[in-house]
Amino acid sequence: MTDSKASWLDMKRISISFPGVKALTEVDFRAVAGRAHALIGANGAGKSTLMKVLAGAYDHYSGRIAIDGEEVRIRSPKDAKDNGIQVVYQEVDTALIPYLSVGENIMMERTVHGMGGRQLIRWGELHMEAQAILDRIGVKVPTKKLVQQLTLAEKQMVLIARSVSMKCRFLVLDEPTAPLSRTETERLFALVRLLKSEGVGIIFISHRLPELYEICDDITIMRDGRLVLRDEIARLEQHQIAFHMLGAKLDGQYPHVGRTAGEIGFEARNVRDGDKVKHADLYIRKGEIVGLAGLVGAGKTELCRALFGASPNASGELYLEGKALTVRSPYEAVRGGLALVPEERRREGVFVEESVTVNLTAASLADYAKGGAWLSAKLEKGAAAELIRSLGIKTPSGQSKVKNLSGGNQQKVAIGKWLLVDADVYMFDEPTKGVDVGAKRDIYELVAQLAARGKCVLYASSELSEIMGISDRLYVMYDGRIVKELDTRDTNEEEILLYSTGGSPS
Amino acid sequence: MNAADSVREKNDFRLFQMLYKYGTLITILLLIVVFGALNDNFLSGTNIVNILRSISIVTIIAIGLTVSLSVGGFDLSVGSVASLANALVISMYVWHGQSFGLGIAVTIAFCLIVGLVNAFLVINFKIQDMLMTLATMFVFQGVALTYTRGATISQNMIMPSGDFATGEIPKLFAKLGQVPWIIVIMLVIVAAVHLFLTYTKHGRYMYMIGGNQEAAKLSGIAVGRYRLIAYLVSALFAAIGGIVLGARVMNAEVNAGGPYLMDAVAAAFIGYSVFGAGKPNAFGTFAGAVLIGLLSNGLIMLSVPYYAMDIVKGSVLALALAITYYKRTH
Repeated sequence: MTDSKASWLDMKRISISFPGVKALTEVDFRAVAGRAHALIGANGAGKSTLMKVLAGAYDHYSGRIAIDGEEVRIRSPKDAKDNGIQVVYQEVDTALIPYLSVGENIMMERTVHGMGGRQLIRWGELHMEAQAILDRIGVKVPTKKLVQQLTLAEKQMVLIARSVSMKCRFLVLDEPTAPLSRTETERLFALVRLLKSEGVGIIFISHRLPELYEICDDITIMRDGRLVLRDEIARLEQHQIAFHMLGAKLDGQYPHVGRTAGEIGFEARNVRDGDKVKHADLYIRKGEIVGLAGLVGAGKTELCRALFGASPNASGELYLEGKALTVRSPYEAVRGGLALVPEERRREGVFVEESVTVNLTAASLADYAKGGAWLSAKLEKGAAAELIRSLGIKTPSGQSKVKNLSGGNQQKVAIGKWLLVDADVYMFDEPTKGVDVGAKRDIYELVAQLAARGKCVLYASSELSEIMGISDRLYVMYDGRIVKELDTRDTNEEEILLYSTGGSPS
Repeated sequence: MNAADSVREKNDFRLFQMLYKYGTLITILLLIVVFGALNDNFLSGTNIVNILRSISIVTIIAIGLTVSLSVGGFDLSVGSVASLANALVISMYVWHGQSFGLGIAVTIAFCLIVGLVNAFLVINFKIQDMLMTLATMFVFQGVALTYTRGATISQNMIMPSGDFATGEIPKLFAKLGQVPWIIVIMLVIVAAVHLFLTYTKHGRYMYMIGGNQEAAKLSGIAVGRYRLIAYLVSALFAAIGGIVLGARVMNAEVNAGGPYLMDAVAAAFIGYSVFGAGKPNAFGTFAGAVLIGLLSNGLIMLSVPYYAMDIVKGSVLALALAITYYKRTH
């Protein structure tokens, strides 16, 4: 590393608030040209927010940003780009135009801002320049191919090519490896090493600990919007990183309902779904709450959907009380005795334009129909009113539209729907996401009561403390696989986190 | 903002809500009053029957469309299916000398197959309903044209062989297109579909699928099956519309059902806001058809030329859509 080129980027005492939340509190961050810097933290630690500040996505933060000790003003994405800060976000598709060619996408910035008074595009020149950039970073993608025909990894390469087509001193890669295969990851790392040798400073966000050691020189760990630690990565062990990511634990909000797990009620073998769920075996005893831990993107949601028949390409064997269960669609799943409270409440869980009553009876409507089809408004209303009371759903009446309820109450409606069905297996996918503390407690109570009634419960969450608080036993998912089964009493958050990040005990 | 402002805003909001809920019905009443005052014949019994008769075919077809809209679909092929049914049923009698019942049965059976094709394409290829049925609209229109060899079918028509067609249209069939039966058929269909969508679990499932298909699927509703049913119902009513049309004019002209498509779409979308339903509904569609029928009839009585009528229809639809979409974003 030559010192002549060495420059550095400093973020000093960065704070930012959003309505009701303090997202970052006086965070210091430093990246150095020619080195790769890992930025890591649990979900909601503030990594992405910090990088968005750097990218100029917000203008209401406080603190200073300096390059080579000279203060720069970054309040808009253009400011960031002018200062040579480029970001490749995780959702590559949002930054590319699918029906334009690779060349046009790479040269987009130049076409928008660099044309001056010229009105006509010189196609030959455009493709030649794009090709030159691809050659320089060693990426083999034809410039005339349409972006929509590329693989995800290739799209990422195109975005990186676009970044280096502009002034690029610092490049932020936001979880670039999450969707990539091993060989694709290798190719990406080769590119990162090349850029490092050219003096570009890389900021690398990832949840996968082992690969950080492969590619990064320094590490910054964040937790709850604060800086926890900054060091050279070689001086830290994997379990130390996990320890720093966690911090103080919250407890006391989880119900302690006495329950005894019975015989095995539900079992799934060899569940697969493309590259989202690569392999999963699991079983749940009657009256047991089984946690499904793992970071965002580990495949928990996909596994739940696969078990519920909501994914057309999923395969696997399911057994309910020892009997094989065929589940090719959610319709069959519900008939077979399964219930799923999905993660995306507004998109998948509730009908926002319909009333609370209609929502609550959605999955058990046949019970309120006379003669097989005619709905009895009275029966429906009675059942819904009963449930509204017992779940403590805060709504003016059963006739109010669900869209007018708070997030927590909407979630209670999404769960309540399944209580009227009386299923045997309940699957919860991040049921407390976007829910306030009081409603959270109510939801934990509900889950615990279901188990106490002898139901099988699968509880997927990326909040480790939640998994620790509510489950009896748990599975850890990493990269589409169940990598570890743990007894909740014999484990701790550090151990779970270690497995969720692909680490192994040393 | 001070208290007075906020009260006024609240009142504005209430006023809008009321206009949204009852706007269509108020407009209908206003039209009746205005046209009635301007023209003595407007409120005569004959004219009222006249209006109802004139909207019956549109309403029947629009009800089918409404069912396809209720699952979040959009069956643009209803006009073509009506043409096809019209051609089939008349040809059954005129060309093949079939009986009343068999003619109708064959026509409906064939149109249900057409509905099946629509459903299959829309459900299996996951193409936007409106685009897919736009394509099938052309196909079915072409099928109808090819079947009739681009000619009008009527009694005693000259066949390609040079002979006259010998088949006769049954007297009973002609009754279907006359008052009161044509109006009775329409009212029965409106009432039946209204009850089905509002009071049966199947109707509820359809609205759920239309409201949020993913949530409906994850609630264990057999989404594919209900979308299939919706397209079958849509084709069925388009077929009935075409049959009644045949009974009314006693022949099958080239693409006779085509013009009904746009009126049906207008009626169904005007119907969204009736009683604040905010979704496709049978009664609203009927009200929409009545509104369009009243306008056409009244304006013709006031000697507005028929060729200017589309301007009025289009404007009413634009207004109804504006209100519906404004409501959604506020």
